[in-house]
Amino acid sequence: MAFKGGDLLSEKAAGDGHGESSSYFDGWKAYDMNPFDLRHNRGGVIQMGLAENQLTLDLVEEWSKNHPEASIGTAEGVSQFKRIANFQDYHGLPEFREAMAQFMGQVRGRKATFDSDRVVMSGGATGAQETLAFCLANPGEAFLVPTPYYPAFDRDCCWRSGIKLLPIECHSFNDFRLTEEALVSAYDAARRQGIRVKGILITNPSNPLGTITDRGTLAMLATFATEHRIHLVCDEIYAGSVFAKPEYVSIAEVIERDVPGCNRDLIHIVYSLSKDFGLPGFRVGIIYSYNDAVVACARRMSSFGLVSSQTQYFLARMLSDEEFIGHFLKESTRRLAARHERFTSGLREVGIGCLRGNAGLFTWMDLRGMLREKTPEAELELWRVIIHKVKLNVSPGTSFHCREPGWFRVCHANMDDETMEVALDRIRGFVRQHQRRAKAERWAAKGQLRLSLPRHGAAAAASPYLALSSPMSLLSPQSPMVHAAS
Amino acid sequence: MVSQVVADEKPPQQLLSKKAGCNSHGQDSSYFMGWQEYEKNPFDPVSNPSGIIQMGLAENQLSFDMVEAWLEKNPDALGLRREDGASVFRELALFQDYHGLPAFKNALARFMSEQRGYKVAFDPSNIVLTAGATSANEALMFCLADHGDAFLIPTPYYPGFDRDLKWRTGAEIVPVHCTSANGFRVTRAALDDAYRRAQKRRLRVKGVLITNPSNPLGTTAPRADLEMIVEFVAARGIHLVSDEIYSGTAFGEPGFVSVLEVMAERGAAAADVSDRVHVVYSLSKDLGLPGFRVGAIYSSNAAVVSAATKMSSFGLISSQTQYLLAAMLGDKDFTRSYVAENKRRIKERHDQLVDGLREIGISCLESNAGLFCWVDMSHLMRSRSFAGEMELWKKVVFEVGLNISPGSSCHCREPGWFRVCFANMSAKTLDVAMQRLRSFVESTTNGAAALRRAAVPARSISCPIAIKWALRLTPSSGDRKAER
Repeated sequence: MAFKGGDLLSEKAAGDGHGESSSYFDGWKAYDMNPFDLRHNRGGVIQMGLAENQLTLDLVEEWSKNHPEASIGTAEGVSQFKRIANFQDYHGLPEFREAMAQFMGQVRGRKATFDSDRVVMSGGATGAQETLAFCLANPGEAFLVPTPYYPAFDRDCCWRSGIKLLPIECHSFNDFRLTEEALVSAYDAARRQGIRVKGILITNPSNPLGTITDRGTLAMLATFATEHRIHLVCDEIYAGSVFAKPEYVSIAEVIERDVPGCNRDLIHIVYSLSKDFGLPGFRVGIIYSYNDAVVACARRMSSFGLVSSQTQYFLARMLSDEEFIGHFLKESTRRLAARHERFTSGLREVGIGCLRGNAGLFTWMDLRGMLREKTPEAELELWRVIIHKVKLNVSPGTSFHCREPGWFRVCHANMDDETMEVALDRIRGFVRQHQRRAKAERWAAKGQLRLSLPRHGAAAAASPYLALSSPMSLLSPQSPMVHAAS
Repeated sequence: MVSQVVADEKPPQQLLSKKAGCNSHGQDSSYFMGWQEYEKNPFDPVSNPSGIIQMGLAENQLSFDMVEAWLEKNPDALGLRREDGASVFRELALFQDYHGLPAFKNALARFMSEQRGYKVAFDPSNIVLTAGATSANEALMFCLADHGDAFLIPTPYYPGFDRDLKWRTGAEIVPVHCTSANGFRVTRAALDDAYRRAQKRRLRVKGVLITNPSNPLGTTAPRADLEMIVEFVAARGIHLVSDEIYSGTAFGEPGFVSVLEVMAERGAAAADVSDRVHVVYSLSKDLGLPGFRVGAIYSSNAAVVSAATKMSSFGLISSQTQYLLAAMLGDKDFTRSYVAENKRRIKERHDQLVDGLREIGISCLESNAGLFCWVDMSHLMRSRSFAGEMELWKKVVFEVGLNISPGSSCHCREPGWFRVCFANMSAKTLDVAMQRLRSFVESTTNGAAALRRAAVPARSISCPIAIKWALRLTPSSGDRKAER
């Protein structure tokens, strides 16, 4: 019964469920081969595909220097070493859970309170999403997710758990807001295909949109979940990165104030310190569930991804320093707002619009006007130009399962001001060049049209999407010349 | 407007998954129940001297002072800047590369090699870092076994394997039965038998998993046994996972031999199986740092390393922990003196337990590693059965106040064996435990008789039972010695 060579590994290991074979990693590869450096490699690729918060690390570092007792490796902290190094209880250090509960409440403007007994650790938010998938759904069952969504959810939620993610399509006509119609449509579609829907997964604030979900929509979701007895998982990993109005509303607040009658056994929050604090290296993921059985199960599963006790200890002290946290959140908000404003206004200068966002570490940039045609292929074409010619690693909307081609997520909180300016310069340069070329092509086409109007005109009338070889192909579909020709 | 809820004719769906509802996590087992009892009433020499003494947790608490001394000499450098002005803190805060901190992997590779007497070289690029051995074992299962595939595991084995290897992966464990007749060593016949049983159950066997040094036996696998196991997996075309997390606790002869050493000695013949042999390691036992969640998979199979590395995203090691340990493990003077002294202390505590038990007429499997002993208390059972074992266990936990682990929780086939940990308490507490046990033993008929015999020198005993039993007690006897 020995298996053949091809079966040496499991299907999971041998397959593509990890998602890294996708062509979207080309951008990463380009960056890895030629990374931008302000001093040593100004011609390199600037990383704008990584949603990291590098704006406030100086504050955390300073706190760390001023509190050597928070580290068990220092003279001031070593007396705690034995207790901490030996501590592997999956309940977590009590002081860590309490500090985390306190912090989560503070981040949400104290409009909701969190019970430290419901705080469960996980291997980053990555581990949290996977654990919830294991707890809430069986293989083949599905969660509904509004598009566009964070690409790694496909790996985190589905790879090893075997569950499916089904899209709830959102569109630009209403700023990609999640509507009840879209939700119902997705739910019914799944049912028709015989797929059992076990839950809804939202990210609020949204990645990649950089917007927050309004109170009414959250209430609608909680109600829908209750009525259909399905789970609502809210990834609030960017809760502390809201830098402008409207004010952030967490699901924790909604279930206490707006929909007190909802079934709390269905409500679960995922959190992490990777974004708000810029500490992805410390691997701090949190599952906060209102369902006792889920807390118990997730806690057992946390054995597979506990937070290092050294890190728990450090954070327990930092997060319970309310004065520091208050100052940190305020300053972080200010810096994020400034960076966001600088970036989006820089884009506006060349007529590039963005979805109006007030949160997150990125911008949802609208480049639909630069597409050769309204297709995913054209988006990827443009994307490759941006990576290889403009040398910016941005993320194409289709990688986020966005249905409308032409949108790009651009991260801007993971670099210093100077690098940001270089990036803006390159974007502006590229856009202007593109506009000049388009204008030149229009004039060239105008000249050619006079010479051979019928054929070109016929071709244009037949289809607004022209072949690459045609001189008119560089016109965007919205170009007045295309309409004139047809 | 919410659409009308379509009423299900079937009964209301399960709110949680099957995995959440079942008990494959194994945490209803006695292993964990004893733990819970301890939590309710933990012994403390000052504040709770009548509480339950924890002897069910294989922790190494004997050598913290050495690590603390190192830290005092090498205070945490998190706040320092590198030569080029880059901030160490900042770098670590942002470092989430699943390939791991190079300095840490290099130091770990060297440390693992040191533990094997430098007879095996470890290539850092073949190391996958995971959040503890718990995560490493699960990830390996996800990589090597599909849902319903089986791994053969010699009994008795670590109770946590039921959770780590089966729960979320859907893999199966088929036990390889080992008995006290030959000191619980793995035999070819037992492996073949297990393989046949798996086939009968229509399970596809993907590999064998051994723990060497063994938990709960506390013994190192003899070289010949390892060679036999490698032959077996080579012949069957299946994997071998060797969990070597206790490799640094081998304090006595014949010493620890890693499966990788056996592979190295196999030379050219190893090529047929080298991409199917994988090692799991952790710093939880050897260095006594379970809280830091430091585990590793070592494999020369590039596809396994690649897949496991991606899976490690679900349980990476905190960068600040990698940084701290890179410095510690990179200090060769420290590791050399730590490893030697740590082993000496483990042996000392082991001997204290073994001698203490012997004085009250209780024997152990002769062991040379680990943080526990495999103790034979079968003569104290009222009936020679698992029910008898459970009854005895409950008495020991609730009446005697010692949380030891019953062999049945380790899937042992013979009732009456218990795993008793000794490295997670002070010598004084171990004394207290022995005194309590003595009182209990004296109160039982068989126990009292054995205790009286223990007080008499071995050579004056003439009855057959006593000879066999006495032979077990003398350190120079036993099947293990015959191997060298």
